Amino acid sequence: MIKVHINGRAYDVVENITIMQAATMAGYKIPRLCYHPKLSFFGGCRVCIVEVEGMKNFVASCTFPVKEGMKIHTNTEAVRKARKEIVELILDNHPQDCNICKRNGICELQNLARVVGVEERAFEGERKSYEKDNASPCITNNQEKCILCGRCVRVCSEIQNINAIDFTGRGINTRISPAFDISFKDSVCSTCGQCVNVCPTATLMEHDYIKETFEVLNDKSKIKVVQIAPSVRAAIGEYFGIKPGKNWEKETAAALRKLGFDYVFDTQFTADLTIMEEASEFLERLGGKGELPMITSCSSAWMKAMEQFYPDLIPNVSSCRSPMSMMSSIIKTYFADKIGADPKNIVSVAFMCCVAKKYEAQRPELMVDGMRMTDYALTTRELGWMLKSAGINLPDIKGEEFDSPLGMSSGAGTIFGVTGGVMEAALRTAYEFATGKTLGDIDILSARGNQGIKEGKIDVGQTEVRFAISHGLGNAAKLLNEVRKDKNKYHFIEIMACPGGCIGGGGQPYAGLGSEPFDVSLLKLRASALYDSDKTKMIRKSHENPDIKKLYDEFLGKPLSEKSHKLLHTHYKPHTPKGIIPKAGK
Amino acid sequence: MITDKFKKNFGDINFFGKQLRIALRNCGMIDPENIYDYIYNARGYEALSKVLTDMKPAEVVEEIKKSGLRGRGGAGFPTGLKWEFTAKETNPEKYVVCNADEGDPGAFMDRSAIEGDPHSVIEGMLIGGYAVGASKGIIYIRAEYPLAVERLYKAFDAARNEGFLGKNILGSDFNFDIEIRLGAGAFVCGEETALINSIEGKRGMPRPRPPFPAVNGVFGKPTLVNNVETWANITAVIIEGADWFSSIGTEKSKGTKVFALAGKIKNTGLVEVPMGTTLREIVYDIGGGIPNGKRFKSVQTGGPSGGCLTEKFLDTKIDYESLAAAGSIMGSGGMIIIDEDSCMVNLAKYFIEFTQSESCGKCVPCREGTKRMLEILERITNGEGKEGDIEKLERLGNVIKQASLCGLGQSAPNPVLSTIKNFRTEYEEHIKLKKCRANACEKLVNYYVTDKCVGCGACKRACPAGAIEGSLKAAHKIDLAKCIKCGRCYKTCKFGAIKKDSGIREIMQ
Repeated sequence: MIKVHINGRAYDVVENITIMQAATMAGYKIPRLCYHPKLSFFGGCRVCIVEVEGMKNFVASCTFPVKEGMKIHTNTEAVRKARKEIVELILDNHPQDCNICKRNGICELQNLARVVGVEERAFEGERKSYEKDNASPCITNNQEKCILCGRCVRVCSEIQNINAIDFTGRGINTRISPAFDISFKDSVCSTCGQCVNVCPTATLMEHDYIKETFEVLNDKSKIKVVQIAPSVRAAIGEYFGIKPGKNWEKETAAALRKLGFDYVFDTQFTADLTIMEEASEFLERLGGKGELPMITSCSSAWMKAMEQFYPDLIPNVSSCRSPMSMMSSIIKTYFADKIGADPKNIVSVAFMCCVAKKYEAQRPELMVDGMRMTDYALTTRELGWMLKSAGINLPDIKGEEFDSPLGMSSGAGTIFGVTGGVMEAALRTAYEFATGKTLGDIDILSARGNQGIKEGKIDVGQTEVRFAISHGLGNAAKLLNEVRKDKNKYHFIEIMACPGGCIGGGGQPYAGLGSEPFDVSLLKLRASALYDSDKTKMIRKSHENPDIKKLYDEFLGKPLSEKSHKLLHTHYKPHTPKGIIPKAGK
Repeated sequence: MITDKFKKNFGDINFFGKQLRIALRNCGMIDPENIYDYIYNARGYEALSKVLTDMKPAEVVEEIKKSGLRGRGGAGFPTGLKWEFTAKETNPEKYVVCNADEGDPGAFMDRSAIEGDPHSVIEGMLIGGYAVGASKGIIYIRAEYPLAVERLYKAFDAARNEGFLGKNILGSDFNFDIEIRLGAGAFVCGEETALINSIEGKRGMPRPRPPFPAVNGVFGKPTLVNNVETWANITAVIIEGADWFSSIGTEKSKGTKVFALAGKIKNTGLVEVPMGTTLREIVYDIGGGIPNGKRFKSVQTGGPSGGCLTEKFLDTKIDYESLAAAGSIMGSGGMIIIDEDSCMVNLAKYFIEFTQSESCGKCVPCREGTKRMLEILERITNGEGKEGDIEKLERLGNVIKQASLCGLGQSAPNPVLSTIKNFRTEYEEHIKLKKCRANACEKLVNYYVTDKCVGCGACKRACPAGAIEGSLKAAHKIDLAKCIKCGRCYKTCKFGAIKKDSGIREIMQ
């Protein structure tokens, strides 16, 4: 412990922490902008400057370490003035269009401007002017709103290891862009959307399909079918200012009906279906037909990253479509038959925790008979906005059940939204498929938790199955480089592109309604909402879901059948966007 | 003395006689591409063999500390202390870096030192590597210096052949080798942390300090970064001893400093003078004064982020402290002499334009603040200055100075703040009277015909805008509304009848 003085009072703080951390312990939240708890120190925005006695200049509290006896002042007249002036400088080069901005009310910069007390445009200088990059179906980049905090660059490099974007240009012309100033669409961007999640302003946003969706909802000639992903229900409450930890499944189902959807289905149902196919595929591979280890394929951003950076592992990746795409396929075939509708008249909308699902929805490989299966994929944030805009206050409404026959799910389908969940769900089923016995303890704890890479093993019949799980593409890179070295190390690998799995997806609500950067403790609360639901469900294994059985009996036949292959499976091919040096796989 | 040879050869010339060359002692005296010339005629690699055979690493560090040598890159941090911090680190892998990313416009000290005497720099780095326990050296040099790079490579080869570079140097167990990293010519990469980022292949943006490079430098390893001129001083300190070195200079600044003398001065070029030499000695004795009988107006020291000093500072003794006290900086050694034909506001604008376009864009005060300063200065020099602009410049300048991340931002407002301090009336004239007393701000200047006009019509014929009226042998007149201020009439008139002036009064005439 060392002693430091903050604003004239002495505090005992631990060594090797920053001034900002010490101040937090002392009860001061120093205004900040480029700082992000999950990312490396940047020290660029200079908003968190403080005065330290004996130092010639102000120091950035986010990076400067405390020293014994240090006398720190966080609120002197000079510091407050300089801090305000710095925010004024940022605002002066920022469009003054809060009223018509998508992040109005949920913007860190707006919040900060109020906190430091900016009341006028101080300098009236030239503002930057760039063309918006709207070409990508996933991420839009409006550099006019960028304040160059560099969080997106850091998350893309440090957490995701993709390095799709960086600073470019000098001085006032500095901007954030993919290499060679190309569009996000043509870049190596995995579309995971983590940059959107950490962006404090409306610079990087998901490409929204709200307008289109409302148009569809008002089109009487269409049959409107919607599905929601497991993690949407674990986070949507945050959009309405409610702390995470509650599962909003039933309220969301009711709210979607109020929005005007004709059929409200649950992606968890097709998560169960995915498990049926994936567990069967795994056992087939384990039996010698196909490559091992098998790697899961539910995460769309992982799918894109894999085709770009790991083309050598394509034979290892499961051919299963993601639960969203399976649902859309089933809606436009099995369900369309059931209600006697022409699939062309059905509009399939998916609310996902994910930005990359927008990319997945457009993948040509997923078309069936020349028809796109998922028409619109929207994020949790877009759902939140649509509900608010339609005057539906989620916390106030009474819950309802999903529609049949694609609405019932097992606990296995629920935990799909958390890192390790797909593995746990698949193993529950694979074990029973292979052994014919009932799995005793179905909570596979080695698959749970927030460590970047998890390992475990479980006896499946004669084989001891070694599995590994990673979340965040940076961790995936570490894991897969191990796999490249030794293909026999694992049998089964789960990869989720976002930290924490889908619950930490790029489309999830901004933390604290956009007033503060994302905190890891949020992820734990969101995960608990799903694990708690799993625990209380009657059916916790995918293959015990009666509607799944019915689907196979009535339509698909059996897992990996010809029909399954057409509707539920896909294929991959290597991609080399600009910025990648094609590397032959081993 | 190793400095004698230069004196003996050139000492009788005023320009050279007043100089004392330590860092540049061999430049022009030896063949830079011939290692034997360096060895036999310049006591080359004597210092290296001395430290390897007679001195422990800690003793070398102590000697450098004792010499009082301070970083010649600009900030003047005591070199010995820097060495000590790096030597203290226990990581077995360390780096020694030579910062040769000379980016100041018009400066060529580092370039000349390397081109004229590459081995001195290499030997300095070897000694540094030995002292701090590093076995890898990197010279970060801009790609715009191809000759310097070529000579360095030649010098490496020769040094390796002679056993000065590589494994078991001079039979000792000291291993050291140097590689070159070419910079793409970003001014900010002269800042040591940005330079380290650039070496690592990242964008040249400064990192927050601490941790300092001595702890966490190139690839996270302890790194000693010194400027070319600092390295070139090391061998001299070792050969002649710290006592000799510290006998030169002022109380706190020891040794010599190289300046690139430029601007409105008779003798331009590199000058190396002992610390404590006055600005007057440099300008008038070495530089030979202002040409064309013009009046001295100001001297700008320290490169694009230095300050402009007036005549009353001419007797300032040059060292780190007194230059700072006068409101400027030592910097890496740019020295620009300004005469009465230059407008100080325009000059400040030029420098801020440079720092703005070279700002890495990382921190807000530097990126946004310098842009706003530039805009205000552009306004003022265009005759659109407003009441309160000077105060705005001061306010902005102080925030940028105090809150910026790195040295570039922290010193960028210097030219503006120092010109406001020393030439405030010029700013006020621009704003209130729309007058540029040097007649350098084009938008403020007007041409008009005086009564010396004989009516020859030459100006009328020369005017491309048809702005001059007047019949033959009668006084002509310039229509200011049509005039495009090209200055052709001014140059054409043989009778000096066209006058160039600025300010509201003249326009009304």
